[in-house]
Amino acid sequence: MNRLVIKGGRLIDPSVNVDGLFNIYIMGGRVGTIKPADRDTTELVEGAPGLEVIDATGLVVLPGFIDAHTHLREPGFEYKETIKTGTQAASSGGFTSVLCMANTNPVNDNASVTRYILDKAKAEGTASVHPIGAVTVGQLGERLTEFGDLKAAGCVAFSDDGVPITDGTVMRRALEYSKIFGAPVVSHSEDPRLAGAGVMNEGAVSTRLGLKGIPNAAEDAMVARDLSLAELTGGRLHIAHVSTRGAVELIRSAKARGVNVTAETTPHHLTLTDEAVVGYDTFTKMNPPLRAREDVDALRGGLKDGTIDCIATDHAPQSAIEKDVEFDKAANGIVGLETAFSLAYGLVEEGGLTLDAIIRALTINPSRAFSLNKGSLRVGSQADIVIVDLNRTWKVDPSRLKSKSKNTPYGGRTLKGVVIKTVVNGSVVYDATKENS
Amino acid sequence: MRLKRKDLLGIEELEKSEIEQLLSTAESFKEVSAREIKKVPTLRGKTVINLFYEPSTRTRTSFEIAAKRMSADAVNISVSTSSVSKGETLKDTAKNLEAMRPDCIVVRHSSSGTPQMLSKYVSCSVVNAGDGAHEHPSQALLDMLTVKEKKGRIDGLKLSIIGDITHSRVARSNIYGFTKLGAEVTVCGPPTMIPPGMERLGCRVTTDMNEALRGADVIMMLRIQMERQKESLFPSVREYSRLYGLDDAKLKGAKDDVIILHPGPINRGVEISSEVADGPYSLILDQVTNGVAVRMAIFYMLLGGTREEAQLK
Repeated sequence: MNRLVIKGGRLIDPSVNVDGLFNIYIMGGRVGTIKPADRDTTELVEGAPGLEVIDATGLVVLPGFIDAHTHLREPGFEYKETIKTGTQAASSGGFTSVLCMANTNPVNDNASVTRYILDKAKAEGTASVHPIGAVTVGQLGERLTEFGDLKAAGCVAFSDDGVPITDGTVMRRALEYSKIFGAPVVSHSEDPRLAGAGVMNEGAVSTRLGLKGIPNAAEDAMVARDLSLAELTGGRLHIAHVSTRGAVELIRSAKARGVNVTAETTPHHLTLTDEAVVGYDTFTKMNPPLRAREDVDALRGGLKDGTIDCIATDHAPQSAIEKDVEFDKAANGIVGLETAFSLAYGLVEEGGLTLDAIIRALTINPSRAFSLNKGSLRVGSQADIVIVDLNRTWKVDPSRLKSKSKNTPYGGRTLKGVVIKTVVNGSVVYDATKENS
Repeated sequence: MRLKRKDLLGIEELEKSEIEQLLSTAESFKEVSAREIKKVPTLRGKTVINLFYEPSTRTRTSFEIAAKRMSADAVNISVSTSSVSKGETLKDTAKNLEAMRPDCIVVRHSSSGTPQMLSKYVSCSVVNAGDGAHEHPSQALLDMLTVKEKKGRIDGLKLSIIGDITHSRVARSNIYGFTKLGAEVTVCGPPTMIPPGMERLGCRVTTDMNEALRGADVIMMLRIQMERQKESLFPSVREYSRLYGLDDAKLKGAKDDVIILHPGPINRGVEISSEVADGPYSLILDQVTNGVAVRMAIFYMLLGGTREEAQLK
């Protein structure tokens, strides 16, 4: 049986309040023992067959990150991303598990598509893939999919992400029916009529640029509806990519009332404002759009006080065909898996958020929100681990991203916090030291 | 004299001195259009491509005439946005045009920011002939030239722009231009047609037409798109016209020496009555004449040699 030992690193695992120097012994893909480094007298035979030792001295060892919101694009849009390239991007970003959205072609609205994704992931993936099934057939917002079948095939949640469910009754029924399976309904909360033909946040910047705006109210109104429905039904609601201060406030008060809701926001909504759109770079076009400074501040506050549970990437690969076009015509979205951790860590460096808070948002919180039983390193846990260097910086070079698509607004930026190694099921799937530099 | 920049994308990024240079150059070119042989050889051998993704008669013709009076070769390409074949990106289009080695691409597009994107893809000059609701710099320059001619100055004047501010690139370019030259600008329209944060562009905002007219030295009426009714931006043309259309009765509240501009084409009886459009205060046709001179100046200052050269010829 192969053994992996990670020695001398600073293990931080907020799920069990651990922060200290530990040696981690991994066997058969699971965590065997965790020993304090200064009291560990185990003698390792260097070069023993099947033994790999990673010296993590000076590095930080964390539970592998879990992305609650990834678009892997396969099947159907393999020119943008495949399960192979998407999970490679995940690995290089420190993500050991990704939840992939249903807006593929065909839509993941039946078990055969779910199985296709899982088979592909097993054969070619370097991260665990957890599909999210569609809420409605074809994401048309009309008829519910067979939640039971999808769940049995491996879906961990249901979402029509990309297409808001405008019919309140359909949303109500989805929240009711999903209770059988204890799986959350992930809502892309946006009123499409209020969003209209908008291509960026509505405000002084859209006025200056002459671009059509999407008002905060388009999100606030739908979040309010979804929270009311969650309250009415007692269903499990997860709000995707929260971007407005209004939505943060609504979720905060709903949680205080005991509504069964969790929420995520993205690294880009936490770090960029609509000012980034000046210059009409289509890599700054996404849905929901980059908002105002007040919204960014509110999102950070929400993350800090636990209103927002997860940092999820909304990794949305788009090719040049979708992005090298007029701003109005350009597709939404950016790739995010490979920059997420460094951007989140940047918030710690700036002050205002603790390392503990961002690790929670990337590990145990998404695990709990989606009942994955991951995001924690205890004896017997699946050995999904990421080793990072918090002292090193790196410069984002889009051409070197693992993702098949290069649509990042962070190209050329120097970020602090480098993923050194990613371990999935006890195997090293990414090793920065072996990358050509 | 040349501009210190490759492109003319908007008035926002121009310095006051650059605007003044463009206006004084345009003034000197007006004389060319008054000659019997309306041509100078200044830009002989230069190629200008007019790339219009949006229907336009006046602006396209004006750019074409301006290029020809400067002896540049002008080629017109009209592209209906819907017919652009799928798969060819704006970048592809730009690279293909550039491969024909033009000196300047004049572009109009219904999407804001397209000239900015195009300018990054090509090494030749790019002139914005109107992009979405963003900017229309040559229109603002010709408006400034028209006002300067009539009033002798722009500094200290009061300009009121009335109509659909949200969708107006003319309004935005004029706010930048007139305020840079020292004028005070007020925009006016129904609240449904004034976008958030408008005052941050440097203008005052009102929804009261009488307030906008009172004390104004220059009134600029904007064209109203009839289709906007469908977007609930105004209930009817009749009501819009009553509240925000300029007619003789409303004009009584304006100064005696007020002048009236309109970027055209006008909707007679909607945002401007025929009496006003054809009346003594209207400079609508002077604007069109000045458009040619301003565009000659733009070409000259982006592509040309020295100013002395131009006057010699």
